[in-house]
This record gives sequence, C-alpha cells and structure tokens, in this order.
Amino acid sequence: MKAIKGKSVYTGTAIGKIHVYSKEQQQVKRVKVENTASEIERYNQACEVAKEQLGKLYDKACQEVGEDSAAIFEIHQMMLEDLDYKDSVENIISTQEVNAEYAVAETGDNFAQMFAAMDDEYMQARSADIKDISERLIGVLSGNNSGKLNTDEPTIIVADDLAPSETVQMDKDKVLAFVTRHGSVNSHTAILARTMGIPALVACGDELTFEGLEGKKGIVEGASGTFIVEPDEAVLFEKTNQRELELKQKELLQTLKGKENVTIDGRKIMLYANIGNIKDLGSVLQNDAGGIGLFRSEFIYLEKNDFPTEEEQFNIYKTVVETMAGKRVIIRTLDIGADKKCDYFNMPAEENPAMGRRAIRICLTQPEIFKTQLRALFRASLYGKLAIMYPMITSVNEVLRIKEIVEEVKSELTQQEIPFGKPEQGIMIETPAAVMVAQDLAKLVDFFSIGTNDLTQYTLAIDRQNESLDSFYDPHHPAVLRMIKMVVDASHEAGIWTGICGELGADTALTRTFLEMGVDELSVSPKAILPIRKIVVETNLSK
Amino acid sequence: MKTFAYTITDPEGIHARPAGILVKQAAAFKSTIKMSGNGKEADIKRLIAVMGMGIKKDMEVVFTIEGEDEEEAAATLEKFMQDNL
Repeated sequence: MKAIKGKSVYTGTAIGKIHVYSKEQQQVKRVKVENTASEIERYNQACEVAKEQLGKLYDKACQEVGEDSAAIFEIHQMMLEDLDYKDSVENIISTQEVNAEYAVAETGDNFAQMFAAMDDEYMQARSADIKDISERLIGVLSGNNSGKLNTDEPTIIVADDLAPSETVQMDKDKVLAFVTRHGSVNSHTAILARTMGIPALVACGDELTFEGLEGKKGIVEGASGTFIVEPDEAVLFEKTNQRELELKQKELLQTLKGKENVTIDGRKIMLYANIGNIKDLGSVLQNDAGGIGLFRSEFIYLEKNDFPTEEEQFNIYKTVVETMAGKRVIIRTLDIGADKKCDYFNMPAEENPAMGRRAIRICLTQPEIFKTQLRALFRASLYGKLAIMYPMITSVNEVLRIKEIVEEVKSELTQQEIPFGKPEQGIMIETPAAVMVAQDLAKLVDFFSIGTNDLTQYTLAIDRQNESLDSFYDPHHPAVLRMIKMVVDASHEAGIWTGICGELGADTALTRTFLEMGVDELSVSPKAILPIRKIVVETNLSK
Repeated sequence: MKTFAYTITDPEGIHARPAGILVKQAAAFKSTIKMSGNGKEADIKRLIAVMGMGIKKDMEVVFTIEGEDEEEAAATLEKFMQDNL
C-alpha cells in the first residue's frame, strides 16, 4: 500500500482501477522551410480548424457542465485569435524560415512562461490554457488527434497534467477520478472536475510516479486529499463503506433536491445552512439549502491580524447575498470571546470567559467596532435578502441600545449619501434570561434564532468543553426543550418566526418534535439538510 | 483623444472571462484603445496582453482612446468596467 498526498479539488471518494493517461508526446522538430508565405497560410488554416474544434468542445461542455464553466473554450478561441500570439508565430516562421509546428511551440512556451512568472496564482494557472491551445494547434498541423480515452471500464485517471480540453473530451462515465502530478486548484481542469462532480487531486508532485501503476487498484479520497495505491484489506473495507455512504447521500440529493420541506399533512419548515466561511457557499448550494440561517462573521476577524475594514466586510457580505440570489442570508454579528479569541482585540484574561465579555457585550462596549460591521451589513443588504442577527442577548435594554446604534449608523450613511438597504434584524436566544423575556423581546425584532449549544450549557450549568461532565450532559433535557417551546410560542404571539441554529437542530431524533412545536426554521450544516428533509417529507403530524 | 480612469472592484481582478468580453467589446471600435495599470500598458484588443497585465482588485487602470469613434468607445467601455469589474 502506498499513500500520496495531493490538493483536493472535489471531496468525494472513488475506488477502482488505475489508468495512466499519457498524451501522445508531440515531438516538435525544427524544419527549415523555403516558402514561408505558404507555411503561414498553413498555420492560418490550422487556426480555423482548431477554432472549429473548440466550438464543438464549447457546446459539449455547455451541455455537461453549464455555460459558465464552458466559457473557458471561448477564451481559448480568443487566445487563438490573439494578435500578439499570431504575430509571434508568423514572425518566427518568416524570420527564422521554420515550420509552423516549431513556431507555435516556441510561441506557446514563451507566453506560458510569461503567465507562469506572474505573482498571482490565478494568472499562473493560465499558462496551462496557453499550452493547451498550442498543443491543439500542433496536433492539427501534424495531423494528430490526441485526447482519446481507450478504456472499457471506469478508471481513476492518473496523468502528469490535464488540459481543460482533455478533461471535457473524456467520457464522463469512464472516469472515476482524476489524479495529476501538476496543476493547481485554480486551473480550469480543476474547476471542470468540481462542476462535473468528479473527485480530483492535483499537484501530487514527484511522489506520484507512473511506473507499474497501470491496472492496479486505487482509492482517491477527496476529503483528505489522499491517493492510495494497492490499499490493504482494512483500508479498502473502510473506504468502500465510506463510498457507499456518499452514494446514498448523492441519491438522497437526487430524489430530494428541489422538493419542498413539507410534512405529509402540510406543515412547512425552512431548512437553512450554517456556514463559517465564504468557502462553504458551494456546499450550501449543492445541498439545496433554502437560505443561510447562520453566517458566522467572526471568521473575517479571526483570519486577520487587525480589524477588518468596512470595505473588506462589505465585499464578503455582498458576495454571499449575491451568490444566494434572493434567498435569505442571516449574518450573525461578531461573536468573539469565550473559546474564540483574537489577539488584536487585546482582551484581558478572564476567570470565566463563557460568562465573560463576549459577542454583543464587546459590540456595546466598543461601538466603533460594531458600527463598522453594521455599516458593511446595511450597505450589502442592497444586493440581496440579508438579515442581521445579534448574539448573546439577555435583556430588552440591550436590544434598545443596539437599535440606537443602528439608527446612528443609518443616519451617518444617509448624511454621507451612501446607499443602504433594509435588512431584517433578529436576535439569538441563547441565554435562559432571553427565554424568560422572549415575549418582550419579540416585540422589538423580526425573528428569533435559538442557539441551543449555549442555551443548553447555561441552562444545565455544564461547561461544554469539560469532557468529564459528559455523563451529566443531556442534550434532550426537558428543560431545554420546554424553553424552545416557550420561545416559539412567544414569537408566534408577536407575529414573528423562530429558528434553531444550534447543533440540536440537526438532531434527526428531534425533527418531529420541532415540527410539532411549530419551529419555523432549522439551520444546520449543509450536509445535514437533505437527511432532515427526508424525515420532514415522511412525517405525518396527525398520526 | 479621450481618457478615463477606473478602479477595479471585482475581487478577482481582470480575470480571463471579463478580459475576454472586454477585448471583444473593444474590437468593435475603430479607435486605438490602450489601457495602463500595474506599471504596464496594453492594447486592449489583445487578450493575452490584457491578462498579462495582472490587474487586481483596487488597482487603478487608465484608458486612452484615440480615433473616429472615441466618444462612443469611451462611453461603452466605461460602462462595461463599472458593470463588470
């Protein structure tokens, strides 16, 4: 057994035979030509043929992976027509009196090097595009048609590198996974693999050798970025099970995607996703979330060495709401403190941080930090359905103070003639105090979201981080469940809605209970959405 | 001659796709159109050169347009930049 690490492009597990894919090495010879004009003409004709091929690839890619991902082949067509590229090829042919193949290879190398030398990873990855079009041209000029995949059964394709056109040309039913020695996660091949839903590892490096690989059994595990050759029995068994679980999840996705979250007797519930980083947006969409129920904005602070600016925050929030295209996105304001620390906040050590200066308490004592975030949020709310959620509320006074600050922010923005929208504003119910005054709080906000992790810890007086207390910790404690019911009732009385965004929301043993209580929304990790939807559509509350 | 400046707001900068559309738009005009930024200058009818400038977010680019349809070209391109980049 041998395990090789690479950069994962798509999480998923593939198990099967390995096929080593090697390009027909196109040896380009430098040949003297007498008639340079007719050689240039031959080059121009090859360009036309290549453009036509790319047109066909564009159509194929459009059907298989959609217009956005197919656009790369349009770019390739334009690169072929690029005047600098053309000038360079024609110039080499006429001044050096050489064949078109050689001139194209030289030009391709030069331009690819230019991109490879740029200080931007995205642009560096474009050198693969230049190489791709150059190889296509050489293929046309020398009459080679590369890119055919000759296998009967589906295989794990192992290659030095793959060009986008090679990736798309392969018959999808014959490909279990891609593993390449080179390439970057930003390459178009990586993007295509992601869109096609094929596990792929790139940049495995020199550890990946091809000798003796052909036909051997292999496993590609996207989640850990590992390529295993000749797995032993135990590993094979474990990964096969894992693969089956993934397949089940995928099937679930197929049958449940696009379905409404409604019980047999007609009770509806919103199923949203919790995310902690902008990178999770892909899985939010893949798992068919109805919105984002908890966007933990603290990652923006934790990833930096200094306070993030209004513009930085605005761009992130705008991207999220735009990506969610009209679906609700609930962004929780800064929830730092307790177990989440950030050096530049310079917070003094506390005896009992879980009950210390955290979340809204920081925001209300240092309103300048809070205001920056609010400005960014109000501005971004113009671009979609944004909702703001304030954490760690214990009293009506806190909400009133927040509202004062919000009014200050809005009048400042108005004075500065900066446009902003009208986001919904809600609070987290995660302290027993907030539960007890929920009726009063409900009159002041647009929605509630119950943070069950903290609510349970504060209600049961059990420290979540203390493992020795696990035997006392009952997540289904009736005290917590009754509190949830009280909050739901209080919200409905005031005509607003209540969601649950803590871990309890994903507990499928309680899905029925939550439906019975009238909980309006569950926000869970993206992967938990479809299993819950399955329970919802199979539930009949009248029985 | 017409010139205008624009500061890129797109988080990815002038990446392949918008560069492609920009070049296509520019090709429709007879004027010579140059773009400078990041210490470089390129004829924006040339895709590889435009991409090679490595223009990123928050960088300022300056367009210089000269020719019979410069007015229209400047207006079209400025709008394109505002809408897409």
